Amino acid sequence: MEHVAHDESLFVGPAETPEMELYHPKTFVGKYIWSQDAKVIAIQYALTAMAIGFVALVLSWLMRLQLAFPNAFSFIDPGNYLQFVSMHGMIMVVYLLTALFLGGFGNYLIPLMVGARDMVFPYMNMLSYWIYLLAVLLLVASFFVTGGSTGAGWTLYPPQAILPGTPGSGTGILLMLVSLALFIIGFTMGGLNYVVTVLQARTRGMTLMRLPLTIWGIFMATILALLAFPALFVSAVMMCLDLTLGTSFFMPAIVSMGQPLDHAGGNPLLFQHLFWFFGHPEVYIVALPAFGIVSDLLSVHARKNIFGYRMMVWAIVIIGVLSFVVWAHHMYVSGMNPYFGFFFATTTLLIAIPTALKVYNWILTLWHGNIHLTVPMLFAIGFIFSFVNGGLTGLFLGNSTVSVPLSDTLFVVAHFHMVMAVAPVMVIFGAIYHWYPKLTGRMMNDAMGTVHFWGTFLGTYAVYLPMHYLGIMGVPRRYYAISGTDFIPDSAHSLNVVITVAALVVGAFQLLFLYNLAWSYFRGKPSGSNPWKATTLEWQTAHTPPRHGNFGPELPVVYRWAYDYSVPGADDDFIPQNVPPHAVERSVSGSEQAGGRSV
Amino acid sequence: MSIIQTLTARPWTAGQSRLDYLYAGSAPPASTRRVALRIFLAVVAVLFMLLLVAYAGRMAYEDWRPAPQLRLLRANTAVLMLSSIFMQVSLYSARREWRDAMRTGILAAGAFTLVFLFGQMLAWRQLGALVQFDFRNPAVGFFYLITGLHGLHLLGGLAAWSRTAARAWGDADPARTAHSIALCALYWHFLLLVWLVLFGLLFSGNNFELLLKLCGIR
Repeated sequence: MEHVAHDESLFVGPAETPEMELYHPKTFVGKYIWSQDAKVIAIQYALTAMAIGFVALVLSWLMRLQLAFPNAFSFIDPGNYLQFVSMHGMIMVVYLLTALFLGGFGNYLIPLMVGARDMVFPYMNMLSYWIYLLAVLLLVASFFVTGGSTGAGWTLYPPQAILPGTPGSGTGILLMLVSLALFIIGFTMGGLNYVVTVLQARTRGMTLMRLPLTIWGIFMATILALLAFPALFVSAVMMCLDLTLGTSFFMPAIVSMGQPLDHAGGNPLLFQHLFWFFGHPEVYIVALPAFGIVSDLLSVHARKNIFGYRMMVWAIVIIGVLSFVVWAHHMYVSGMNPYFGFFFATTTLLIAIPTALKVYNWILTLWHGNIHLTVPMLFAIGFIFSFVNGGLTGLFLGNSTVSVPLSDTLFVVAHFHMVMAVAPVMVIFGAIYHWYPKLTGRMMNDAMGTVHFWGTFLGTYAVYLPMHYLGIMGVPRRYYAISGTDFIPDSAHSLNVVITVAALVVGAFQLLFLYNLAWSYFRGKPSGSNPWKATTLEWQTAHTPPRHGNFGPELPVVYRWAYDYSVPGADDDFIPQNVPPHAVERSVSGSEQAGGRSV
Repeated sequence: MSIIQTLTARPWTAGQSRLDYLYAGSAPPASTRRVALRIFLAVVAVLFMLLLVAYAGRMAYEDWRPAPQLRLLRANTAVLMLSSIFMQVSLYSARREWRDAMRTGILAAGAFTLVFLFGQMLAWRQLGALVQFDFRNPAVGFFYLITGLHGLHLLGGLAAWSRTAARAWGDADPARTAHSIALCALYWHFLLLVWLVLFGLLFSGNNFELLLKLCGIR
């Protein structure tokens, strides 16, 4: 084993590179509205995403009320119900999770964690947010147009999405499609920034393999999004043309309500392929940043280096690549050659390998760690539970033979909510509690945070665990009301009531979170610059919250990887990335224990 | 350092730590812009590849009706090639600081691009005027969609071209101007390549079998 030598001469300084020129606004509007500062843009993204996410949360309550108490609410008719389902799904997946992880966390964390002054193209970054906001506003406008928003399901499958009879088949679906196209244009501007900043704007000493896993997750997810969103873009444009100009990309010759329509030759399956070529990588666009962030939360709050850093990076890359060759497992019931079914089932199950590897590494990071059960840590552990549960039910749905009978049942709803809703949301909450002190200079209230965690964690289990049973029983999804069926007993209806009550309670706990956000901003305990004693660069800024330009007059120089926690020989249980070897305080006996580690 | 070497580094070891310290930090702006453009071109490539595969996938069905052939597209292709060639001439001249040739090249490249776009619009009109024209035919829809998206990308390129032209006629740093022209040239060559693939496989006729084989459909 190589012995560590603390010899200053071994560290040869690299050549100086000129810093980027920053735009310095002088007015309030320039600083906080048309801002080019990635940190302000991040907060704009996050607030917009959370606001529209709250709308989607309310829609889910309305759906649950209808399912638990059918026909009890006069303002929920079958058309409304389908509109709630559709808008809830699309908002949560695209406008909340994607925007918050990449636009919110990506903008805030990438420049700070890689040691850059800002994103490499700040003006384009600003445009990205404003186009996103326009997309959100168009989406919201669709609630108020004649016929209302689309009720085609979040997958927007043609031909029914644009046929008369489907709610919102006119202006509603048009606004949705235009909004999606704008979202993608805006995201491409932001995404180019994220990827190029990681590749080109890292500070001295910050090699790719010294990046925190948060950045690896966001980086890979952005690459996936840049390559997957074009599929959604072309399918949105093609469906717009089918709707407005009468082309027949997706619309076959069809008789609707007794009338032959003026379409011929289109192929609805083509849409499904394009949609899911985007749709499945989208799962990992949401999951990979969550994987990265949770790795860092576990490491910081267990005071231990992440177990198997290299394997974690490899797993992120492999999952990203594999996510492009599994899309048709969403289409088993659409009909396909059995060999294709076999291929897609195999690739789907292959993804379980790098994913399981990550789960093992998270658990092994906790093993013998100095675990601090802080609120971020609670959410990180909650994520592991939720993700493993959701992942295991994914094994059922990845197998074509098992998936077919479970298709379109509540089992699918329960599965993807566990793996793609609850799990990433756990990480989002953990990340907000973790980085809030850096954003505001204040800690979030711990007691409220703990109550929020337990309410959310147990509450979501109360919602989705029983939903699996309903699904296995054969209760279908997307149905406005179910009655007169022999295979669904009355107890299933009782379970629906329980689920609804649990969903409303979980919702109430989120109001506590919002209150905590606001309360802590004014009354929270001052945090100092590095309350969690973390090693990464965002915690080493001269000011908290960091000012424009992030790092004061000099950019930090990186001397070590991001996970020097509890290093044998070091006096402190963490060594920040920018601390040079000679500045590490250590005891002599401990130094000998360090072995081949870099101290 | 190769990707494999990068991904197999052991950042926690002292030996690797010394190597990592040699990393000099952020790249110069010119390199950053070049990398950004290449990534953007990858995104555009995926967009057109998906359209190509979608077209091929639709062609595989028995009721496929090909779009009528337009001779004008051959002339348009030649014009776009000229545009790309002049962009390259401009780059060659800029690197040698031959200002007049550089300016002529830029001007000609822009002019031929506009002629190409005008030619594409003429092709749209020609197709619409044909007796066999049927907007419900997916092949016709694909033609308008694909040529439209390709034209929009060229229009976006012209926005960048106008800034480069302003730089070439102003008193900007010659190296900076050459860099701008290099980025424009890369973009133009790429869009020419995309057009050649699209035209060769989709719009020039008699390549259906080849396309289906390329896409693994037959």
